[in-house]
Amino acid sequence: MDMPTSAARHLNRVDAINWNRLQDDKDLEVWNRLTGNFWLPEKIPLSNDIPAWNTLTEHEQQLTIRVFTGLTLLDTIQGTVGAPVLIEDALTPHEEAVFTNISFMESVHARSYSSIFSTLCATRDVDDAYRWSEENPFLQKKAELILERYRSEDPLMRKIASVFLESFLFYSGFYLPMYWSSRAKLTNTADLIRLIIRDEAIHGYYIGYKFQRQLAQLPAERQEEIKIYAYELLHELYDNEVKYTEALYDDVGLTEDVKKFLHYNANKALMNLGFEALFPASVTDVSPAILAALSPGSDENHDFFSGSGSSYVIGKTVSTEDEDWAF
Amino acid sequence: MAGLVYFSTKSGNTRRFVEKLGLPASRIPLNRSDPPLQVETPYILVVPTYGDGDPRSAVPAPVIRFLNDEHNRSLIRGVIAGGNTNFGEAFGLAGRVVANKCRVPLLYRFELMGTAEDVHRVLAGVTEFWKRSA
Ligand SMILES: Cc1cc2nc3c(=O)[nH]c(=O)nc-3n(C[C@H](O)[C@H](O)[C@H](O)COP(=O)(O)O)c2cc1C
Ligand SMILES: [Fe+2]
Ligand SMILES: [Fe+2]
Repeated sequence: MDMPTSAARHLNRVDAINWNRLQDDKDLEVWNRLTGNFWLPEKIPLSNDIPAWNTLTEHEQQLTIRVFTGLTLLDTIQGTVGAPVLIEDALTPHEEAVFTNISFMESVHARSYSSIFSTLCATRDVDDAYRWSEENPFLQKKAELILERYRSEDPLMRKIASVFLESFLFYSGFYLPMYWSSRAKLTNTADLIRLIIRDEAIHGYYIGYKFQRQLAQLPAERQEEIKIYAYELLHELYDNEVKYTEALYDDVGLTEDVKKFLHYNANKALMNLGFEALFPASVTDVSPAILAALSPGSDENHDFFSGSGSSYVIGKTVSTEDEDWAF
Repeated sequence: MAGLVYFSTKSGNTRRFVEKLGLPASRIPLNRSDPPLQVETPYILVVPTYGDGDPRSAVPAPVIRFLNDEHNRSLIRGVIAGGNTNFGEAFGLAGRVVANKCRVPLLYRFELMGTAEDVHRVLAGVTEFWKRSA
């Protein structure tokens, strides 16, 4: 592929970063939210999940460990390859700094799965799952599809692959802890996963935003080609993701609902790139219990257009003591 | 039918959502240096959620400045919030904060630039809403 590398791909000189002189104020906004979100697995009382863990069948435990090793692999890739190549492609020193934060947080994510394992699981079962993940052709293929793009030296392709990893590929895995949480199981583990999910939202948003800024500089035909390429890659990843999902979830009968969750998140990944959603509402109707586990409490005041109420609901009081508001 | 007022940052998700609706809409300017928006007819506010997960920071500052104007504030009839469910409890929080501060209903929440389904629902909902409050 002949991508214009003109857009000053590398910051070929290192200047001391000055956060008081911004080229793009999104960099600071995102930096602030990412650093404000900082967390470590030690802050979550994972050991409270031991009783719930013991209520899972051996098969359910095995599934859970496998899912988490798959997620560990993606976070490892993003922390050690994905975010570092995005540092190389950065156009401003502040963008570089944001990607160093993302890189480090991916390592925290990867590390936190090991905290879950050491708290809940037998070493032998975990070793088995690592072996499984090394041998599972679909997991290996998804890693390879992404790594190929990361090696492509093309900043836009790298960002497309990266957004798909951040905003789509994790979700076959995230489904399971949300499912357990909706059944009041492994709720502390779910709290930890929700912190990861929140981080991934900002990662996907930011990488997608930087992608759109670069894309907008290109001629219209080239933009169209890249868009087609993005949808093609999504289809390729999706086909593989369906097989991965079946391999994991067929035995517990959850495959169909997980697929809806995949569709729902694939749409969001496309939107992060500035493209229209692909999957129609008829196949994105994830079960409400999973959505409630994803954003607990946020549907207390149902919105009127969703058709759940007959009168308009005015939100319950939230404290907004702040100098900005003048009323 | 009265209009929409919206705010959107450089990522432009809310702008794209509003463009897809195709309804008359005025944009709250991004920068302090731009001339402030003054409205003269009742409107529904479309606002993305920002901040750090705390209600105090959820509403973007330009939207707060717009609502601090008493005349603008007197014409708001409802609010629609943008966001992302990945933010958990803070999903669409800006909508809840504005609904509460201005004592107007939270009409809808959508994610990012909204899907075709969101557009469909909001168009139907907004039409019905103005009919009822006519
Ligand atoms: C720094 C930052 C913080 C955010 N915080 C929240 C949040 O607390 N709740 C939420 O639902 N969405 C949150 N979002 C998601 C945005 O509301 C969403 O991406 C929206 O589409 C942005 O609209 P715009 O592109 O028109 O500015 C956040 C996004 C960013 C970049
Ligand atoms: Fe991660
Ligand atoms: Fe990430």
